[in-house]
Amino acid sequence: MCLAVPAKITRLEDSGLGTVDYLGTEVKANFSLVPQAKMGDWVIIHAGFAISVMDAKEARETLQLFRELAESS
Amino acid sequence: MKELRDPKAIRRLLADIAERARRLPAPPRLMEVCGTHTMSLFRHGLTPRLAEAGVEMVSGPGCPVCITPDGLHEAAIGLVTEVEGLTLATFGDMTRVPTRKGSLQTAAPARDSRVRVVYSPEEALEEAKREPGRQVVFFGVGFETTIPAIAYIVKQAARARLRNFSVLPALWLVPPALKAVLDSKEVAVNGFIYPGHVSAVIGIEPYGFVARDYGVPGAVAGFEPGDILLAVRSVLDQALEGRPRVALEYGRAIRPEGNPTARALMAEVCEPFDAEWRGLGRIPASGLRFKAKYARLSAENAYGLKIRGAGRDLPGCRCGDVLRGVIRPEGCRLFGAKCTPESPLGPCMVSYEGACLVHFKYGRRERTGS
Ligand code: SF4
Repeated sequence: MCLAVPAKITRLEDSGLGTVDYLGTEVKANFSLVPQAKMGDWVIIHAGFAISVMDAKEARETLQLFRELAESS
Repeated sequence: MKELRDPKAIRRLLADIAERARRLPAPPRLMEVCGTHTMSLFRHGLTPRLAEAGVEMVSGPGCPVCITPDGLHEAAIGLVTEVEGLTLATFGDMTRVPTRKGSLQTAAPARDSRVRVVYSPEEALEEAKREPGRQVVFFGVGFETTIPAIAYIVKQAARARLRNFSVLPALWLVPPALKAVLDSKEVAVNGFIYPGHVSAVIGIEPYGFVARDYGVPGAVAGFEPGDILLAVRSVLDQALEGRPRVALEYGRAIRPEGNPTARALMAEVCEPFDAEWRGLGRIPASGLRFKAKYARLSAENAYGLKIRGAGRDLPGCRCGDVLRGVIRPEGCRLFGAKCTPESPLGPCMVSYEGACLVHFKYGRRERTGS
C-alpha cells in the first residue's frame, strides 16, 4: 500500500484526478488531498492518493548532507 | 537518491551511532513503529548492524492489517459468504488473513458475490457507480496515511447518493497506540522511529506527548537506509543531551504541520472511538468511525453487523505479543515451522509489512551475513 518512492505528476485535471510517473510507469492518481500540487511536482502516493508534495530544497540539503557523510568516513 | 544508500555514508552513520550508544548508561532499545521501516531495516540488513553498534531495534504495532482484530476480518468474511450479489473489495493482504472462519481468499462467496482486490479505495467506489444493482462493500483498513483517501470516497458516495455502497471501517490512529505501548511498560522503549507517511498527514505535534510526558526521544524517518540511520542518530543525541523531542529527519517529504487538507477531510467524515486492537486491547480514542451524517455508509449499519470485539489470535499464534514488541517473531514456536508465508497462521505472517513475514523473508540472509 505504501509506496516509499516519490512519483512525478504527469497529468493534473481540475477535478483533482490525473496521473503520475512511478518508476517509469504511468499510474492514475488522485490529487484532491494536495491542492497546492503542480504539474511536474514529485509526490508521495498512498493507496492511489497523493498525500504529500516533495520539497526540492530539503531534498537537495539531504543529498548534500549524505555527500559530506560519505566524504568524512 | 542513491546517496542515501552510499556504503561510505552508511558506515559513517553507524560509527556515529556506535560512539553515541557507548556513551549512554545502558544499551538503547528503539521501536520502529512502521511496518515499512521494519521491512527497510531488514532488507538492507540494518537491524543486525545496529545491534553490533549497540542499538536494539524492536518492531511496533505499525501494520494495520495485523492489528485489525479477528472480529472485523470475520465480519467481512460473513458479508461475502452470506449476502448475495455483493462485492467485498479490499487491499490484497487483507484477503489472506486467517481466522476461525478461514480467510476471504478461502471463503466460498454467496451466489453472485465475490472478493475483489483493489489498490485504491476509489476502485471500489467506481464499481458501485458502474453496477447499481450490486452491493459493494469496501473493507477499508489503514492508519492516518490511508484514512483521508477513505474519507474522500465516503464523502463522494454520500454526494452521489449511492445506495449500494458502504465501507467496513478498520481505521486506526498511531499516537494512541504508542501511548498504550508506553503505559503497558511491558517493553522498555528508549526511543521511537516515527512512521514517515503517517506523519505526512498528522505532522509531528501529535507525538509531542511522548517526549513531554514520558521523556522518550523520537524522530520521523524516511525509508532509505540513510534516512533511518539519521533518525537513530538523532534519537541517541537527544538521549545524551537529556532533551527529548520529536525530530523531523524526513523534511523532503513531510511538513512539520502535516497535511491540513487531509486532516480536515478526516475530521469532517470521521470521529474517534475506543477501538479494540489485536494484541493491544481496547485503547481510548484510537479508532475512527463515521460521523452520524455518514453513518449510513458504514457497513456495520447498512448490514446490522454485530462485530465481536476482541482481537483473538488463532491458537498458538502470538501476533499480539509481536505487535506489542514483547517477543520477536522468532520467539513464536510456530515461526517458520508450522507458520510460513505459504501457509500463514496469523496476519503478521501475511502482510508484506508484518514483522513475522519480514523476519522470515530477510532474517536468514541476515544470519549468514551476506
Ligand atoms: S510466526 Fe505465525 S503463528 Fe507465530 S506469531 Fe507470527 S504469524 Fe502468529
